[in-house]
Amino acid sequence: MTDKVLMKGNEAFAETAIRAGCGYYFGYPITPQSEIPEYMARELDRRGGAFLQAESELGAVNMAYGAGAAGGSVFISSSSPGIALMQEGLSFLCCAGVPATVLNVSRCGPGIGGIQPGQADYFQATRGGGNGDYHVFVFAPDRLQEAVDLIYEAPLIADRYRNPVMILADGMLGQMMEPIVLPEQRPLIKPADIPAYKPWTVTGKADRGGKRNVVQSLYMQPEDLSRHVEEMYANYTRAEKELARYEADGLEGAEIVFVAFGTTARLCRETIELLGDRGVKAGLIRPVSLWPFPYRAFDEVGPDTKAVVSVELSMGQMMEDVKIGVNGRKPVRLIHRVGGLVPTSVEVMDEAIAILEGI
Amino acid sequence: MNTKLFFAGSGGQGILLMGQILATAAMREGLEVTFLPSYGPEMRGGTANCTVIVSDSPISCPLIYEADAVAAMNLPSLTKFEALLKPQGKLFTNSSLVSISASRADIEEYKIPANETAISLGDERAANTVMLGAIVARTGFISMDAIMNTLDYAFSGARAKLLPLNQKALLACVN
Repeated sequence: MTDKVLMKGNEAFAETAIRAGCGYYFGYPITPQSEIPEYMARELDRRGGAFLQAESELGAVNMAYGAGAAGGSVFISSSSPGIALMQEGLSFLCCAGVPATVLNVSRCGPGIGGIQPGQADYFQATRGGGNGDYHVFVFAPDRLQEAVDLIYEAPLIADRYRNPVMILADGMLGQMMEPIVLPEQRPLIKPADIPAYKPWTVTGKADRGGKRNVVQSLYMQPEDLSRHVEEMYANYTRAEKELARYEADGLEGAEIVFVAFGTTARLCRETIELLGDRGVKAGLIRPVSLWPFPYRAFDEVGPDTKAVVSVELSMGQMMEDVKIGVNGRKPVRLIHRVGGLVPTSVEVMDEAIAILEGI
Repeated sequence: MNTKLFFAGSGGQGILLMGQILATAAMREGLEVTFLPSYGPEMRGGTANCTVIVSDSPISCPLIYEADAVAAMNLPSLTKFEALLKPQGKLFTNSSLVSISASRADIEEYKIPANETAISLGDERAANTVMLGAIVARTGFISMDAIMNTLDYAFSGARAKLLPLNQKALLACVN
């Protein structure tokens, strides 16, 4: 017996967010993540936090903006079209420097799309759908334990950089079950302790000698906004150095290198075993952070590699970053499915062999 | 050891519960396990299926392209998913609801009267547990005791009164 528990992904995500100290959750149901607001509605209030069902995702992100500005550790979640509705708010949060933990249990698009798994929110997550120069930090777990670990770490990163952190999961991770070890409960910050812990927050002026904090995303003077955006980007430059993460396996001597994130990376691991049985050596680069993207991983691709193949449940969104990382040194190809379809490892193997034969 | 199982039937037959009991038992035995359900606008009477992988080493991929064992709890599941079995794989058909045989000759087929057995025990809803016992007995990748000791996962609290029935159901079609 271990201290492992078997939990459905969405419930594990919600429980972890509570244990991470996220005391404020604002949400609206959407498949395939509706278990999260359901879990929060049941658990959060009785564990010292506050759950509020918003009237829409637009409402939820702006509630997070307000609660976060007041110093609360906030958590919001949704799935692709709901995250689309939050984009304006994420731009505001980034500009105003309000930390938040955001979870996207993504499905397929565009539009309302479908409810089966997809990865076509890559651009939405890494480029952002809101206005202006900003970045949300994005991490993409490939298994439930990693998702738990990243959600637990996310509020710390968000606070350190005063910027939202997004965990990009997918419908498969949200719905599947896998044994996990849950982290310890981190204490919820008491309102009285917020001014000391987050001195920038709007908690009234009584404790600040009559001086008022302002949290805003409006700068009417060009010089002020210019200075602010340059400061934001100094922060992002630091994040690019400190937060880029990846896993690389079997690159040495690999004829073909797959690049994949999330559950697609797990598919590629099985494909690599199947290719090995046929005498084809294959490797894997798995970006764990999608923004900042771990471009330096591609410096490890060796002389034996004939092609770098991005495997995605999208029309090749991440492939743009793969091409930047490869920087013309190798042919870059795409194996993809969309619409909620997921290839089998055998199908990926067959397409990979066809790619190698065509080069 | 790496065993890939696929359970299919209609919503309300306890398909996902079969998979969850098995997955919990495997975890308690210290084995690696993944449970991946189909999901969608499903409801009682619709289709339901799940994939369970049990292994003694870390599981790379929770998706399968072939199964060691398939349980078909109704006719549509048989026709749709017998192709998923690998050669010499084991097909478990709920013969109470499925009167035809598999179209493949390269597999082992076991006809388990799951519903009739459950009815004889007093509650048709235990058909899934009958089938689970039949599968575990004929595949042997996990001990029957491990499953027996995990039935409390599903049958506790308000459902605890169903535990004795399901304990009987688990062992009803093991021979």
